[in-house]
Amino acid sequence: MKLLLTKGRVVNPDTDTNEILDILIEDGIIKKIGENLVEKDAEIINVEGKIITPGLIDMHVHLREPGFEYKETIRTGTESALFGGITSLCCMPNTEPPIDNPAVVELVIQKSRKDGFVNVFPIASLTKGSKGEEISDIGMLVKSGAIALSDDGAPVMNAEVMRRAMEYTKQFDIPIITHCEDKNMTIDGVMNEGFNSTLLGLRGMPDVAESIMVFRNIALANYTGAKVHIAHVSCKSSVEIIRWAKSKGMKVTAETAPHYFTLTDDMVRSYDTNFKMNPPLRTKEDVEAVKEGLSDGTIDCIASDHAPHGRIDKEVEFNYAAFGIIGLETLLPLTITELVNKDILKIEEAIKKVTVNPAKILKLNKGSLKVGSDADILVLDLNKEYTIDINKFHSKSKNSPFNGMKVKGVPYIVIVGGIIKMREGNIIS
Amino acid sequence: MIFKRKHLIGLEDVTPDEIEHILNTSSSFKTIFTRAVKKVPTLRGRTVVNLFFEASTRTRTSFELAAKRLSADVINFSVSTSSVVKGETLIDTAKTIEALECDMIVIRHSCSGVPLFLSKVLKSSIINAGDGMHEHPTQGLLDLFTIREKKGRIAGLKVVIVGDIAHSRVARSNIYGLTKMGANVVLVAPPTLIPKEIERLNIEVCNDLNKAIVDADVVYMLRIQLERQKRNLFPSLREYTILYGLDEEKLKLAKPDAIVMHPGPMNRGIEISPEVADSKQSVITEQVTNGIAVRMAVLYLLAGGSVDEIASYKRQSS
Repeated sequence: MKLLLTKGRVVNPDTDTNEILDILIEDGIIKKIGENLVEKDAEIINVEGKIITPGLIDMHVHLREPGFEYKETIRTGTESALFGGITSLCCMPNTEPPIDNPAVVELVIQKSRKDGFVNVFPIASLTKGSKGEEISDIGMLVKSGAIALSDDGAPVMNAEVMRRAMEYTKQFDIPIITHCEDKNMTIDGVMNEGFNSTLLGLRGMPDVAESIMVFRNIALANYTGAKVHIAHVSCKSSVEIIRWAKSKGMKVTAETAPHYFTLTDDMVRSYDTNFKMNPPLRTKEDVEAVKEGLSDGTIDCIASDHAPHGRIDKEVEFNYAAFGIIGLETLLPLTITELVNKDILKIEEAIKKVTVNPAKILKLNKGSLKVGSDADILVLDLNKEYTIDINKFHSKSKNSPFNGMKVKGVPYIVIVGGIIKMREGNIIS
Repeated sequence: MIFKRKHLIGLEDVTPDEIEHILNTSSSFKTIFTRAVKKVPTLRGRTVVNLFFEASTRTRTSFELAAKRLSADVINFSVSTSSVVKGETLIDTAKTIEALECDMIVIRHSCSGVPLFLSKVLKSSIINAGDGMHEHPTQGLLDLFTIREKKGRIAGLKVVIVGDIAHSRVARSNIYGLTKMGANVVLVAPPTLIPKEIERLNIEVCNDLNKAIVDADVVYMLRIQLERQKRNLFPSLREYTILYGLDEEKLKLAKPDAIVMHPGPMNRGIEISPEVADSKQSVITEQVTNGIAVRMAVLYLLAGGSVDEIASYKRQSS
């Protein structure tokens, strides 16, 4: 099966390409890239006026299966990803049972092959049961297919445990993705600590509870030589510490999520639980700092931290509501609308943070359009304006704070492994 | 003035005119208290539900009495479980209550934001009787009423609020109410009990009670809870009492005619000495009495009542 995309603007940050080119796909691989390609018996799709980029990589997703299938399944989560232009995602291990043993890693991989619309790469628990006490069978987890380790949502509080986990993991050359939060400082916290938490009478989680752990983990990585990746950077002090560490030549990478460059804790004033996430929404100053961090390269990646929850988890008292929002279908439009269209990032810089950068951190043969690459491709309509509607989401959950927001940037065609999976809003089977 | 508000969630969004109007209406109702028959027929046929998710005797009793003196039917509904405990969700409980065809729901909950949340999903009038650490608007109003009654005004007075500001809904409602009515508010507490950036609310913060209390017209003491000590918010009750407890010696630094207030229940010997609590300057029991008048006014005005109507009852009775 051959497929020829013609006249699209190819934006491939990995090769510094930004020009109008044709792409020929054959047997799931990119065969040729060039001007005015001609190929007999290929299906030709003219994508003039559209952008062709590598399929997006979302390195921070909660798929909820196994254990919480009422929130999301591998099938619905990957369908949601597909409609967000995401062709590869990494799923976090806080399932039930958690992805802390090879059997669960294999289950997720097999189920994804069977049910999934896009590529799924499991992240395994750094410590057994993500309890932060004993390190997992890391070697076995890596052998069975885990591409990174993380205790996301349950930060490792004990520095000695983290130090040993880093030291031990070094031999496998995979990153440790750290959720940075000093749990002692955030007991019962439900939002950012500041003026708004004072007004609302809600318990705060100070930004310093995040940034001191960012520093600790960078310091430990520097000491042990491990690869550490800072998840969901939300505040100015974290950005500044990461910037400083990079300037000193320390090995660290970082991601943020669209809500941290789009929303502030003013939104919590309504007590709407769709504005409750961890780390919490911060202040305007923090949002500006996150944008600066994206712009100067301090923050390498944008990931959704897609965290689906059912109505029973969210339609409750703010204190009792679950943390997290869904984001697979809003990652791309928010990046375009809030960063590219507001001149924070050029289109190629933005695409870099959701393709080649996460691919390099995770050592995936993805995120680039080169001859020989896997044909995971996004054809993107940058100009189409639309209103985000939670009822049109493909995720099983609807917990998004972006409902009703006007955005630009929509996937036009999504190709996974050389096969068109989504075209103009329809699943192609 | 025309009072158009349907809910009373907090004093944050209430205007000075509305506060003035509620206080004036409360005064009218208070005159009824001295009569042998302390009841008016204004809310006859209306149903008020006291929906309490948190234990409270005084506030619930005060609302119950207020509603009964307005001739409303009152139902008390106490829910000891929360949605974290297995059981009915908040929405289901509230919708069940509303299905009983009530007109007004007085709600107390340990979680901030619950009254606002319910005001969006229910059709009844919602009155916040205290939500978490957020607001307790009728307490704020009865405190304003008491101050105005004792001092003849609120504007220009120096009001010192002492204690656990961080966790206090009473403090928040009082800060909004007092600053809107023109009082100068000084908050006194150890830095650990002062919430972040509260000075943005147009108040002063001071950690030294002996300094702050000088020339105060009103000294408002808040209840301190022992469990705060376990979180290292202060070292011991003994030290707290020495630094932040109000005794006769410290009270002498205030104006000679300063009044002492407390929302209750008091920890005698901790935040307030028995001598001060029982002194002539203490208006603590009067706060309780005024609470009924203020809650009558709130119920009455939210139900759409007018001040002229109360005047006509007064005429009939005289």
